[in-house]
Amino acid sequence: MITQTHYLALSAALFFLGVIGVLTRRNIIIILMSMELMLNAVNINLIAFSHQWQNIVGQVFAVFVICVAAAEAAVGLGIILAFYRNKETVNIDEMSLMRW
Amino acid sequence: MDVIWLIPLLPGLGAAANGLFGVRFFSKRTAGLVACASMAAALLLSLVAFFELLGLPADAREKTVTVTSWIPAIPLQLANGTVGTFSIPWAFRLDPLSGVMILVVTGIGFLIHVYSTGYMHEEPRGAYARYFAYLNLFVFFMLMLVLGSNFVVMFVGWEGVGLCSYLLIGYYYEKKSASDAGKKAFIVNRIGDWGFILGIFLIYSVFGTLDFRAVANAAGPMTTEAAGFGTLSLITLLLFVGATGKSAQIPLFVWLPDAMEGPTPVSALIHAATMVTAGVYMVGRNAVLFSHAPMTMEIVAIVGVATALMAATIGLVQNDIKRALAYSTVSQLGYMFLAMGVGAYAAGVFHLMTHAFFKALLFLCSGSVIHAMAGQQDMRHMGGLKKYMPVTFLTMMVGTLAIAGIPPLSGFFSKDEILYRTFLHSRILWGLAVLTALMTAFYMYRLMSMTFFGPYRGAPWEPAHANATNQPGHGGGNDAARGGQDHGGHGTWHGPHEAPRSMTVPLMALAVGAIIAGFVGVPQVLYGGNAIEHFLEPSFVAQTAVAAGHERAAEAVAGAVDPARESGDTPGHGEGAHLPWYGELGLMAFSVLLGVAGIAAAYRFYVRAPEIADKLAEQWSGAHRVLSNKYYVDEIYGATVVSGTLAAARGLWVVDARVVDGAVNGTGWVTIFSSWFSHLIDKYLVDGLVNFVGAALEQSSFVLRRVQTGLIQNYALAMLFGVFAFVSIYLLYR
Repeated sequence: MITQTHYLALSAALFFLGVIGVLTRRNIIIILMSMELMLNAVNINLIAFSHQWQNIVGQVFAVFVICVAAAEAAVGLGIILAFYRNKETVNIDEMSLMRW
Repeated sequence: MDVIWLIPLLPGLGAAANGLFGVRFFSKRTAGLVACASMAAALLLSLVAFFELLGLPADAREKTVTVTSWIPAIPLQLANGTVGTFSIPWAFRLDPLSGVMILVVTGIGFLIHVYSTGYMHEEPRGAYARYFAYLNLFVFFMLMLVLGSNFVVMFVGWEGVGLCSYLLIGYYYEKKSASDAGKKAFIVNRIGDWGFILGIFLIYSVFGTLDFRAVANAAGPMTTEAAGFGTLSLITLLLFVGATGKSAQIPLFVWLPDAMEGPTPVSALIHAATMVTAGVYMVGRNAVLFSHAPMTMEIVAIVGVATALMAATIGLVQNDIKRALAYSTVSQLGYMFLAMGVGAYAAGVFHLMTHAFFKALLFLCSGSVIHAMAGQQDMRHMGGLKKYMPVTFLTMMVGTLAIAGIPPLSGFFSKDEILYRTFLHSRILWGLAVLTALMTAFYMYRLMSMTFFGPYRGAPWEPAHANATNQPGHGGGNDAARGGQDHGGHGTWHGPHEAPRSMTVPLMALAVGAIIAGFVGVPQVLYGGNAIEHFLEPSFVAQTAVAAGHERAAEAVAGAVDPARESGDTPGHGEGAHLPWYGELGLMAFSVLLGVAGIAAAYRFYVRAPEIADKLAEQWSGAHRVLSNKYYVDEIYGATVVSGTLAAARGLWVVDARVVDGAVNGTGWVTIFSSWFSHLIDKYLVDGLVNFVGAALEQSSFVLRRVQTGLIQNYALAMLFGVFAFVSIYLLYR
């Protein structure tokens, strides 16, 4: 029987995978993908609690998150494209213009 | 008579014209003319005023003219606690005393102005006008002095003549000795003026007024201070201190001999005839006060006779012709104060007048001699001048006989009057005065002998052209030249010669004056009226007393004028101060005899056998040295008063330099140090704090900015740690 704890464990594992990906990878596209992982971990959380409490608001919220994630992916990819045209790279280490 | 204020004003205008414009623009002729004309006008006005005064009855011979107010009324507390009104008008008063004085001042002043046009002829144009400006200014102040009706106006004149005396003594100011002599005269006079002005203060404090007549009237009824030294004695003593300064009496006589550095006419006018007699005039003017202070009178008499004797002894050995005359002047002034001191005010003023004539004459003659000798003043280098300058010789002889007291010349009457009154007062004073008279005759005839008799001992001269040595040609023919060419340049000096007419005419006029001036005071015993004493008498007594009656006047002013002698009535009046007629005649004969003896001795010593004088000088070398050095008075003053003053000044200077300046400098140093200290605080503390804040921020930012890497992953990591931390805290401390 799959309990609430299993969902949450999966969600946490997935979230940390995303976090590690964001923190360690240099390729900005992979970082973007890792962020999708984190968003989806959140979605699993929302659905799990919606299921536990039998409250539909959680599922509605998950749908919103998916929408926002889609928009975020579109904007993010646009920025990356613009950056690539300037710098000929997608390495996150090169993106340190906002420093002192 | 209402315009007597014009009498001083006219010379004043002359002085203004010459002083303001003359120095720049006037020719010598114009400058001389302006000066002489203003004097002539003043003389004329004085004569008119004087004769108007004579025309009045004896009791009414007093006229006060108030020109305008000067110091407006100021309430001022008096000695007795009441509040008086201090106000001074410009007021002039003509009475017998000032009448005689203005005649002397303007008359002799006019003659000396005329004489000066000749004597000063070789001066450059500007200096010539300057000279006459000073001389006129002097007469202006002198007339203000004698005409002023209160002490303050008199004091204005008193200080003014002192100023002019200073200016004229220092006329040849390029000469160190002349400017020094001027300063000496001025400073010594200041000492006297100090006493005078203190006396004036005290008079106001006691009487509440400074008008001569009001003071005399107030003092008249006061009791005579026979017993002790009271307020009136103090007032009169202070006034007398002023008189000793102005009239060169012991102890302030030292300036007068030095004053001979001035031009000779100045010596004649200021330092013989007029200014130096101002002290005598002032004592006479305050006769009522002095009469109430017998102790002061005694001091005056003693100082007078001591001065007379001392100056006469110094005069015995002087070789400078002008200095000899200067000591003679001091001596004669001593006579006048002796007269004042024994209460013979009229006799003193009478002697003042006759002395003005014969001493001015003697000085002008000496000027003529100096002029003839091209500036030589040492009598040892003269001699035998009689044949070169007969007019000067004759007039000077008149002056000499007059001062020696040979009848019937003027000096005889005035001096004999003084001797007589002194004899009545005190035999000792009389003895000293007679001794002085003997010496006077001696040293005056010595002066004559050394100058005019014997062989010529002066510098040789080029036996030159024309009539240079053989005067008195020039001046006679060419009046305009006024002795122009041949003694003008003195490039070559052609020997002694008679002075030009502008100089000899005043000499002759003064000689006539010296002969006849005595006849206004022929005493009773010689069947004269002694007119001048009767004439002057109202000036010496309080008015209330006059109104009350003649006898009370004589009582109130003990011995001011002795009516017993003049009128012969009321014998035994007063102090019984009279002698029988043969006594008086005997005294007279005695003094004449002494005069003759003095002349005879001088004739023997200096004309007949000149070696006797030298031998005597050798025999009494100690005394001779003391006399030649004028009793070392100058040296004593130099060692005590002068060096004391200088030492005090130096001491004060040191105090000034060390203490006062030290305090100022110390303050400066303290300020500099404190400002330096404050600068340090500012620099290191205040600025340091500001800079420290900046530097600290800068340094810390070095560290902190490392945090801003710009790497998004770093931020994310930090965020993660943060969230982790907060969650941990939340979980741990929930």
